[in-house]
Amino acid sequence: MKACRRLTSVYRRSIASSTAKSRHYATQAPPPQRRLNLPTDFKNTPLLHHSSKTFSNTPGLPHSVPSTRLNLYQAVNAGLRTALEASKDVLCFGEDVAFGGVFRCTMNLQSEFGEDRVFNTPITEQGIVGAAIGMAAEGARPVVEIQFADYVYPAFDQIVNEASKFRYREGHTGAGLGGMVIRMPCGGVGHGALYHSQSPESLFCHVPGFKVVMPRSPTQAKGLLLSAILDSEDPVIFMEPKILYRAAVEEVPTEDYRLPLGKAELLKPGADLTIISYGRPLYNCSAAIQAVEQERGVSIELIDLRTIYPWDRDAIIESVSKTGRAIVVHESMVNYGVGSEVSSVIQESAFLSLKAPVKRLGGWTTHTGLAWEKYIFPDVTRIYDAILESLDY
Amino acid sequence: MKFQNPAEESAMPTYRIMDADGKIVDNTRDPQSASDEEVIGWYKNMLTVSILDLIMFDAQRQGRTSFYMVSAGEEGVAVGSASALTPDDVCFLQYREQGVLIQRGFTLKEMMSQLFANKDDYGKGRNMPVHYGSEKLNVHTISSPLATQIPQASGAAYALKMQRLINPNTPERVVACYFGEGAASEGDFHAALNMAATKSCPIVFVCRNNGFAISTASIEQYKGDGIASRGLGYGIDTIRVDGNDIFAVREVMREARKLALQGDCRPVLVEAMSYRVSHHSTSDDSFAYRAKREVEEWKRRDNPITRLRKWMENKGIWNEDKEKEARAAIRKKVLQEFSAAEKVKKPPIRAMFEDVYEEITPEARAQMKELKRLIETYPKEYDVSQFEGGSKSLE
Repeated sequence: MKACRRLTSVYRRSIASSTAKSRHYATQAPPPQRRLNLPTDFKNTPLLHHSSKTFSNTPGLPHSVPSTRLNLYQAVNAGLRTALEASKDVLCFGEDVAFGGVFRCTMNLQSEFGEDRVFNTPITEQGIVGAAIGMAAEGARPVVEIQFADYVYPAFDQIVNEASKFRYREGHTGAGLGGMVIRMPCGGVGHGALYHSQSPESLFCHVPGFKVVMPRSPTQAKGLLLSAILDSEDPVIFMEPKILYRAAVEEVPTEDYRLPLGKAELLKPGADLTIISYGRPLYNCSAAIQAVEQERGVSIELIDLRTIYPWDRDAIIESVSKTGRAIVVHESMVNYGVGSEVSSVIQESAFLSLKAPVKRLGGWTTHTGLAWEKYIFPDVTRIYDAILESLDY
Repeated sequence: MKFQNPAEESAMPTYRIMDADGKIVDNTRDPQSASDEEVIGWYKNMLTVSILDLIMFDAQRQGRTSFYMVSAGEEGVAVGSASALTPDDVCFLQYREQGVLIQRGFTLKEMMSQLFANKDDYGKGRNMPVHYGSEKLNVHTISSPLATQIPQASGAAYALKMQRLINPNTPERVVACYFGEGAASEGDFHAALNMAATKSCPIVFVCRNNGFAISTASIEQYKGDGIASRGLGYGIDTIRVDGNDIFAVREVMREARKLALQGDCRPVLVEAMSYRVSHHSTSDDSFAYRAKREVEEWKRRDNPITRLRKWMENKGIWNEDKEKEARAAIRKKVLQEFSAAEKVKKPPIRAMFEDVYEEITPEARAQMKELKRLIETYPKEYDVSQFEGGSKSLE
């Protein structure tokens, strides 16, 4: 089900040729007067730890510890290495992971931990997930890779009917799938078109049984991945925004640390509106917030869900009860998306606090046609506009 | 240039030790790698499956249980193969392998608890009848989606192999994975055999080829030489065996198990030929798609129970009196456990929300509370008395 190997490797090279290439796509012939839809400035965004001094701002991160500058794929790699060192039960496999993976996330792991623990599989997504279920059922902690989230569907039966229901149907036998993690690169990358751009998280959230996680940054990727592999007694779907693999660079603690699953992170406190998002669009949210705050003198709260399901309902309800306005932002299509669930719960639980309708910003309800990606996903302008509309309601 | 034509290849032979009259036809192997007592034990286990079938089929017809699947005609495959496994070996079943469970020691009480979904059911009343599972017998709980257990079994076998690599003192174990010839058409079968072969997993795949997948005869299921011919394509040691010959099934399984553990380990495929004498399930009337005469013919001409019975009678260790006595005793025990299990309460309503996640989520807690409120606001609309603890369990 994987795209033709040659296509994938050409595609990988285009990502590998540094972020300059993706920026090129995002900024093709910028009109000089553009002020909102600018390329994300990852070197200065407040969403990344540019020095280890800011670790203390994030609950769960160790303070005053040695750290290294890593991008997101390197942080995933560091997380996997730490997990493989921590427990011999941890296994790492999927298509092309042995040579390091098409996105370099499993680089050097086979040479360090041996081909019994880090290995390639035949090209069979249903086989990869099915085998992982059997391994986890017998006490292993398999961390498997689906090469692109777009190719997870052949494994959908194993995910929805088998892994999700495993503990439930086993009942008193006590068997569960703790430590089973399905990693998958997801989201837009500028030129991924129909089958290298998808974010299918809401499909996994409709069926309980999995924890669904999407990190926005290298420190999150490592800390959440380690929790998923080593601490969670529930299986985890771990979605990695591939556009951030090389673009998002920050200080990451070198030691083993865990970030809690099921807990949202408050990125920026505010009084007038709450924005809830996860993964890559958080950077657009942050830029839009800066623009509005400078113009309007308002303050906007930004929350990173981190775990999309089961999600931190209390944190969101508490925030919206305070601000009275909410916008949910994600890349995946808006129809029946995460935004629909979050906004319904806000409406049910904070109805009397609401001063404006809850807004959902997601991808338009279409497929990711190659030529139009930048129009399909919520950009800074769309978020900026939604904030103004909500504030002025 | 020559195209290989499968029609020109000869069919894979079917291994058998005794014929339909219970006479040994292959003296190269000792048919009895077990004591008389053990053989009688297998026979009684096959009888138990068959008596259970009749009683539970009728019970479903009377509306006392919701569903049942009999395994008439395939008792030999299940009991014979299970007799060759160690208790530590791990089993993944499809659903027509009651004989594997009974041979491994699953009690009639455990069986009835599952069938009646009462509070003693290991599955906490969540699964349809015949979806058994047992932690102590190393049998994973059966699920309805066909063939999904096959790649899981490959993965489980890899995990067993890794356990021995980490700790060489761990006992040698294989996985036995059962499925029908219909399930073998699923993509998961392909995925599983390919994964098991490329990763050298200690697993024995046991295909029960009984000629039918519900109404679909095998002529509409595949065009090649059964399931066995496919094993070779994956690079897997394969054998076809007469599924009505319990000695042949057992010997094949014993050798397959050994082979699976040899060297770096490897998968083995066993195709056991039998005939689904019964309807597919209690929701199926198989005479809608096959002649009653054909079924009667099979029942009369050959089945694993009468074949072993003839062998035992020829050997002088069984007779009509023993047969009557065994049947009466089994029937009595089945009926006893049946009425006992029927009276046991259902699991607490709370179990509906448990085990979705390790911990009940706040969302589910809110739903438990809401359900409790509804039950208590409209007491005449809900009868919760049959569930242990009534609505209190939702607190």
